[in-house]
Amino acid sequence: MLLSAALFIIGVIGVMVRRNIIIIFMSIELILNAVNINLVAFSAQLQNNVGQVFAIFVVAVAAAEAAVGLGIILAFYRNKETVNIDEMNLMKW
Amino acid sequence: MPAGVSLRDFYYLLPELVLTGGALLVLIADVLLPRRSGHALAWITLLVLAATLASLGTFSGTHEVAHGLIAVDEFALFFKVVFLVSAAVTVLMSVRYLEIEGASPGEYYFLILCATLGMMILAGGIDLITIFIGLETMAVSFYILVGFIKPNQKSNEAAVKYFLLGAFSLGILLYGMSLLYGLSGTTNLRVMAPVFFGPETRHDPRLILAVMLVVAGVGFKIAAVPFHMWAPDVYEGAPTPVTAFLSVGSKAASFAMILRIFLEGLPAMVHDWQILFEALAIVTMTVGNLAALTQTNLKRMLAYSSIAHAGYILIGLVAGTPRGVSAMLIYLFIYTFMQLGAFTVIVLMRRRDVVGDELKDFSGLHFRHPYAAFAMLLFMLSLGGIPPTAGFMGKFWLFSAAIDAHYYWLAVIGVLNSAVSLYYYIRLVVFMYLKKDATGSEPSTTPALTVALAIAVVATIYIGIYPRVLFEIAEASARTLGVVGITAALP
Amino acid sequence: MLSDYIPIAIFVVVATGFAVFTLVFASLLHSEKYNKVKLEPYECGIEPITDARDRYSIRYYLVAMLFVIFDVETVFMFPWAVIFDKLLLFGLIEMVVFIFILVVGYYYAWQKGALEWA
Repeated sequence: MLLSAALFIIGVIGVMVRRNIIIIFMSIELILNAVNINLVAFSAQLQNNVGQVFAIFVVAVAAAEAAVGLGIILAFYRNKETVNIDEMNLMKW
Repeated sequence: MPAGVSLRDFYYLLPELVLTGGALLVLIADVLLPRRSGHALAWITLLVLAATLASLGTFSGTHEVAHGLIAVDEFALFFKVVFLVSAAVTVLMSVRYLEIEGASPGEYYFLILCATLGMMILAGGIDLITIFIGLETMAVSFYILVGFIKPNQKSNEAAVKYFLLGAFSLGILLYGMSLLYGLSGTTNLRVMAPVFFGPETRHDPRLILAVMLVVAGVGFKIAAVPFHMWAPDVYEGAPTPVTAFLSVGSKAASFAMILRIFLEGLPAMVHDWQILFEALAIVTMTVGNLAALTQTNLKRMLAYSSIAHAGYILIGLVAGTPRGVSAMLIYLFIYTFMQLGAFTVIVLMRRRDVVGDELKDFSGLHFRHPYAAFAMLLFMLSLGGIPPTAGFMGKFWLFSAAIDAHYYWLAVIGVLNSAVSLYYYIRLVVFMYLKKDATGSEPSTTPALTVALAIAVVATIYIGIYPRVLFEIAEASARTLGVVGITAALP
Repeated sequence: MLSDYIPIAIFVVVATGFAVFTLVFASLLHSEKYNKVKLEPYECGIEPITDARDRYSIRYYLVAMLFVIFDVETVFMFPWAVIFDKLLLFGLIEMVVFIFILVVGYYYAWQKGALEWA
């Protein structure tokens, strides 16, 4: 629980502080891993398999999301030659 | 066959199965058909949607299928109809838009169908796992759709923003869900609900944390202030038909998810989430409307206005009565048509060199294309809540539900906000009818766009004048949700 | 009991001791000679052609992404394989449907030329 809470907080801070899209993305993956640790830990504690099933789904979906996300970031990079979110300024307010 | 699963389950999941098969069919047809057969693919997609709609009617009543993972009831049915209709209108809108953009239609229609499938699963999901899968099927499809116009930098940027914030909100939501699972020992919302009524879990700080995380996660999905930052950028950057579908389908699906999670799963925590949603509703309405006042880009303006509408709809949830819930359903249904209609008019304005979403593109539209201008007038009045359009009926019902539940404050703020919103809706009307300069762009119609527009116009007027049928259906749907639980928990 | 951990403690001590001893002993004995061959990453392996921090071809990402997706889907096959004997025919049909959907995606990617290198 403590480990997953720590991971979760690191992930959230990472998303908010970092300026590189890839690193933000990695922070999001950290959050998802925190979720998985939570699920598996609860599953062991409760002697209940549902948490593990949930964790497997989270892993699979996270992979799909990673593939899509990297594709999107790649398309962005090809047009703009940067992965810095401060330069994403075509649209404001 | 393992215990608990039977062929009946597959029978009740027929609409979802038809849609899945249809989506695969579109994907294969894209490869097999010769290039440049966008029209054929659009027809196949529409047929798939029609078949799914037809298969919805093959059974009735309330059922739980597949070990209580999915509920098939009138509540889900109501939402599924909304999703399928809005997907169909989106397809109609897209045909010409894709031709202009030169984007490949096969993947596009496949993703539209996938997103619809995700929404349908979301509407029926009564288990955290099903809800999560549905949400992701929908969201991942939308990430790609938003960035579908690859050479367009705005589209890229919108996709990156939507993806990062969407994935982030998903992480937060999932963390909340994992806590809910840990505290209740189950992921099924209906099994979970009574557990939280127990005195020892009810005051567990972790439960309150979980509720807050889930509220924040779903707040992102419906673009409630202060989690709304992605919405205007994404709405502006995405291809217009996708924006329409996103603002309608994704929002409705997220509200279905909210109703399921909070009314079916967390009635014990009603005092905690009610106050959170009350604050969200007030801030969302106000900020959305104030920000919309200064916009010159129509898609951006509609984005802020849709944020404000999410705020109105939240009023129904705060009221928490069966009447409030049915008002939410009614409003979502009406909102679907007026929003889709407004975006259809924007698609009409799209030409090879003009995006047609700036306010000045609309100046003097009445003199160039009176029908399009009239349709837009109707949608703006409806969004603003002027009788005899459908928007008035929806708002009236929502605010009266709030008054019914003694939330006078909320109703007053809602009405004031509607008045503010009229300013920017009417401003567009002024541009269309009173400015005579010819700088605006020329709209061009196709049969598909005309049909899309006609559906939206007829629905907006019809519901505005004869709302009774819709109201009865919505009330019946709201009754199937476990709203009884929440009224019992109220003081 | 704490005494159960004594073998592990001995193991840790021996392992650490061996590593430290080897490193220290070698640094005392070895001669200080450096040349080009010695500084290569794989001293007696394949000759490096270019710097390792080269830019990869953009096509690599497409293949890698497809690989990741299909790779992770196997995660669903492990639980299925474990209780395969209990699921019987139903489980088999379910898995065939699942793989069929994957194959459609694979076929699509193939036909669209995502697997062509050139």
